[in-house]
Formats: sequence, C-alpha cells, structure tokens
Amino acid sequence: MSSLLNSIDFQYVIGALVKIVVFWLLIMMIVAYTVYAERRVLAVIQNRLGPNRVGWQGLLQPFADLIKFIFKEDIIPLSVNKWLYLIAPVVVLVPAMMVLIVYPFGPENVPMPFGAEISSAINWLGSAIGFDWNIKIDTIDLHVTNFNIGLLYVFALTSLGVYGIVIAGWSSNSKYSLLGGLRSSAQMISYELALSLSVIAVVIQAGTLDLVKIVDQQSGAWFGFIPKWNILGLFPAGLIAFIVYLVSAIAETNRVPFDLPEAETELVAGFHTEYSALKFALFFMAEYVNMMTVSVLATSLFLGGWNGPFVSDFKWLGPVYFLLKVFFFLFLYIWIRGTLPRFRYDQLMNFGWKILLPTAIFNIVLASIIGIIFL
Amino acid sequence: MEFTHVLFLAFAALAVVAAFNIILQRNPIYCAIGLIVVLCALAGLFLTLHAQFIAAIQIIVYAGAIMVLFVFVIMLLNVREEESKTDRQKILKVIAVPLFLALLAEVFVVIRLVNNSPPAIASAADNTNPAASLGSVESIATAMFTTYVLPFEATSVLILMAIVGAMLLARKNSKDDFERIEQALTLENDETEQAMQADAEKSKEEVAA
Amino acid sequence: MKEYLPILIVFIFVTGFAVTNIIASHLIGRRKNTRAKLMPYECGMDPVGSAHQRFSVKFYLVAMLFILFDIEAIFLVPWAVVFRELIQRLSRPFVFIEMMLFIGVLLVGYVYVWKKGLFEWNS
Repeated sequence: MSSLLNSIDFQYVIGALVKIVVFWLLIMMIVAYTVYAERRVLAVIQNRLGPNRVGWQGLLQPFADLIKFIFKEDIIPLSVNKWLYLIAPVVVLVPAMMVLIVYPFGPENVPMPFGAEISSAINWLGSAIGFDWNIKIDTIDLHVTNFNIGLLYVFALTSLGVYGIVIAGWSSNSKYSLLGGLRSSAQMISYELALSLSVIAVVIQAGTLDLVKIVDQQSGAWFGFIPKWNILGLFPAGLIAFIVYLVSAIAETNRVPFDLPEAETELVAGFHTEYSALKFALFFMAEYVNMMTVSVLATSLFLGGWNGPFVSDFKWLGPVYFLLKVFFFLFLYIWIRGTLPRFRYDQLMNFGWKILLPTAIFNIVLASIIGIIFL
Repeated sequence: MEFTHVLFLAFAALAVVAAFNIILQRNPIYCAIGLIVVLCALAGLFLTLHAQFIAAIQIIVYAGAIMVLFVFVIMLLNVREEESKTDRQKILKVIAVPLFLALLAEVFVVIRLVNNSPPAIASAADNTNPAASLGSVESIATAMFTTYVLPFEATSVLILMAIVGAMLLARKNSKDDFERIEQALTLENDETEQAMQADAEKSKEEVAA
Repeated sequence: MKEYLPILIVFIFVTGFAVTNIIASHLIGRRKNTRAKLMPYECGMDPVGSAHQRFSVKFYLVAMLFILFDIEAIFLVPWAVVFRELIQRLSRPFVFIEMMLFIGVLLVGYVYVWKKGLFEWNS
C-alpha cells in the first residue's frame, strides 16, 4: 500500500488540480461574458440596446441568468427515457470541458508573481503539520499538461461529443428533439472530416501533435517582419487550410449559418427542446465551451498562439495575446451570427461533402507539394 | 504495486463490467452505450501500456466513428427491445456457458505462455524507458511509412472496397431486403404502439389524478 | 506517462461538476407538474403517435462514409507528423508518392460515391 502511495506524485497531481480549477473558472467567466457580448453585439447589429439593466451596462447579466437557471422549474416529461435523458447533458459537457487541459494559454517557465512567497508559505504550513513538502513555484507553465498526442486528444473528445446530442435527441421522445439530434449528428460527422483534414497542413509544418510545441515553433519571423504563423506557412496551403478549418469549425459547433439542428423556426430548439433549468444550461455551456475550444485551436494552430511582439521579454504578455486572439474568433462567431442567413439542409450537406471535403483533400496535396520543394 | 497498475486494473474491470452490460441489456441503445464504454476503457488500457497513439485512435475511430454508425442504425431503424422467446436461444444459452469457460481458459493459457516467453522489447532494453517512446506517433509513423509501406497502401484498397460495398448494400440489391425488414418491423410496431398508447393513457390519468 | 494523469483528474472534476448541476437542478427547482408540462412539446397540440420513427437510409450511408474517410484522416496524421523528418532521410518523391497513391485510391471511391448520387440530398 505504501509503495502505491509513493508511486503517485502528489505534488504534480495537486498542482494539476489547482491549474485545472483556475483555468476552468477562467473559461466559465469567458463563456458567461461571451453570451453577454453576443447579446449586446447582436443588439447593436440589429439597432437595439440589448441587456443593459443588471449592473453597469448590464455587466452582471450573466449572474442574473445563472440565478434564474438555478431556480427554474426542473421538468422531466413523462414520455422520456429517464436515465438517458438525465445523462445526456453530462455526456455533452464532459468531453467539451475535458479539452481544457491542453489549452496552451502561454509559454512555459513563466515567472510567477509572489511565487517565492507563496511557496515558502505553503512549505511553512507543511512543516507546521509535520510534512516536508519542498514546493517551489517560482515559475509556472501556463498550461495544465502537454503530450505527444495533444491534437488527437482534442479530436477524440470532439468525436465523443456527438453522443450526448444523439442520446438527448433520442431519449427525449419528442419529434423535434429526434430530428434535431439526427441532423446535428449527421452534420457534425460530415464536417469533422474537413476539420481533421484541414489541420494536416499545419502538422506538416510543425512535425508534432503537441499543441505547446506547435505554438513554440511559430515564434520568430520570416524576413524579420512577417510573423512565422502557420496560416502563412506553405503559402497558400496554410491560408486555404485556415479557411477550411474556420468553416468546418463553425459547422462543427452548430452555429449560424450552420445552426440547422436548432433552427428555431422549424425545430423549436432541436435536440434540447425538452430540457429545462440547469440541464438546459449544461447544453448551453457545452456549446460555448466548444466554441472556445475551436477558437483556441484556431489560435494555436494557425495564428501563432501566445506569440507576439516582446513575449520573450515579458512572458505574461503571452496569455494576453493568446486571449485576444481567442476573443477575436469568438467575436467573429457573433458577427457571423448577426450577418448571415441559415443554410438549407441539402445545401449544408452538399457544401460539406462536395466542396469542403475535396478542398481539404486537395489542399493536403498542395501542402505536401510545396513542402517537398521548400522544406 | 504502482499507481499505473491500479489504473490498469480499474480500466480492465470497467471494460469487463460494461461488456457484461452489453450482453445483459435488452434495449439496443443501452447495449450500444455499453460498447462505447468498453471502447473508452480499452483506450485507457492502451494509455497505461504507453500506447498513446493507439489509445487516441481507439477513441477516434471506434468510439467516435464506428459506434456512431451503430447508434444511427438503432435510431434509424427504430429497433425496439429484443424479445427472446424462441427455443433456439435456449439452446444457445446452454452452449454459451462452456464456450465462455473455454475462452476464459484460453486467455489464462495465453497469459502463461506470454509470461514464459522472453520480454518482447528486449532489444530496446538498453534505453532508459523503451516503452514510453515506442507507442508515440513518431515511432509508429516512421515504421508505417518506411518498413510497412506495402501494407499501408493495401489498406487504401481495403477501404475502397468498403466504400463500394457500403454503397451496394444500401442502395441497390438490398433494397428489397430493406423493405422486407421494414415490413417485419411495422408488424411488431403495431403491437408495441398499442402498448405505448395504453401506457400514455395510463400516465395521463395519473397526472390528472 | 505522468503528463497523461491530468486527463483522469479533469474527467473526475468535470463529471462531478456536471452531475452536481443535474442533482442541484432536481433539488432546487420547484416542481408543479401539470399534464401539459409533462407531455413532449409539440407546439401546443397533443403529441401524435410515437416520436421514434424511421429515417432515410442516407443518414446511415453518411455515417458509413464518415468512418471510411475518418480512417483516411487517421492515416494522414502520422504521415504529416514525420513528413519533415522523412523527406530529410528518404528520397523526397517517395514520401510524396506513397501518400498520393493512398489518397488517389480513396478519391476513386469518393468519385464513385458521388456518381452514384449519395450526395444528392433533394432526391
């Protein structure tokens, strides 16, 4: 038993747990304020005001919404398959949130403010109760973990996200839910192909699937002024890959103009028609966390992640650049929602299979030809 | 006993429990979910054995793609709970037990044999941690695209055959079969629908009360 | 393998969070059931028939094709990972041609499926 306990690196586990909680809180805040920003920006686009009553400029609106969600009536319709109906929101949210451990927020070995003080305080606490913890947090890595198969890990979790939607649609025993679930899953798997094929052009340049290493490789500049981002690499293959990625990512997250699964005018709310209160909130959260994930991927795969001017001198600029780039993508989502109409279902499937998929495949051919010649 | 051993055993137990769940459940969608859990547990097993790339593929291809097809078919055909009334299945039950025991015995024999054989990766033993790098994407990819190019190319033909086969099965020849299956299902559905309607009315009464 | 441990930690943490939400919703939210609330939503009418109906076989074909192209994508990923390394070590055309053969064979299947009219969603 003691050998078992010794084999666990508790310092690492607790460190990882603390980081997970901190990043999770950060992501929850970003999700909450993306929803708020979406409502305000859409309002501006449509010449309205949007929510501006709760707090200054409505900034406390997300918390008001949260309270409302908690105290809403929890309805479980009689015709549903109860167990599946209850686990569906969990199955949607868990894979969506599990991705956060590979988010590369910033560079490694960033000097921690008050790191020495914090570690000595913890060590003092340890010695007070008779342990020698020997903790040193002068520098931290601004990601929970990074590993050999980082990108595949993200894709694996995205592919598992389909089940929650299918189960929700099926177990609700409502026509709208079932149709929404079926459409949604067919759409997600169709665009997942283009999504995973579009990143090949990036992997050819990076030579690794580790997100942190992929970002690391994009530091520096060509000719001293063009940033060495993958979107500009293997020109024009990187750019085409980026466009294919962006389009299929929007479809993958079921957002406008690909939001057929929850087309209000025909399907009420799609697969989550029968859900209320916090169960609905979980679906809502999962959708925005997924948006965040594809934005994070777009940032770190194509736009150089945390890289930017002066990052090597002031490492804390890294996460700032990173989040600014992510926010740009989130804004793009909202902007597109305010601007574009919705596809018809046959148009959507045709676009995915007849245009996006061949483009992605030919872009791989193009990228490898350019790679063979210039790398 | 190390923590990875504990994890290995935990994933193995999860896989076995979920596998039993597949056999014992009557509702096909529960069976499908059981199979998804088994596949995820297998991915966990691969990860504890340092086979990271295989673990990822296990999830992406099996749990994320093939099982989607299963679930689609269940939703599409609206398969209801299977009914086991025929005599043939009773005979199957009798045969199943010795077959299961034989399979179990085989597993133990194989484990014994493997234990007696020299370690598989003895050649890489001089590395500090041979297993850790053996399962990485790079080492698998290097082997696949240099030494094993021919099997890799043959795979593409295999997939091509699968594409053509899938189209043929679903589009042309088996169209009659599909209709026959549909007919058979509607026969059963009439009964089940009656039962469901009775259920619905009962629940309505309950609510009214 | 230490770097994979956070997967387990985050799984437990996030599952705990989601399940807590489900339970909290059950406990806190007030419940006043009426007949209309407990019925599946169908825009105000009483539901007609069962929701579980059968759908076009095309969904099944799409799922099938997805598997096949997903496998293709899975083969492309490791190739892309070692691309730089292999073009230094082996002859450059070899690395290119081995994958183009693979993609080419699959493109034949893709064209076949297209010609057979699988992608015609309006028919």
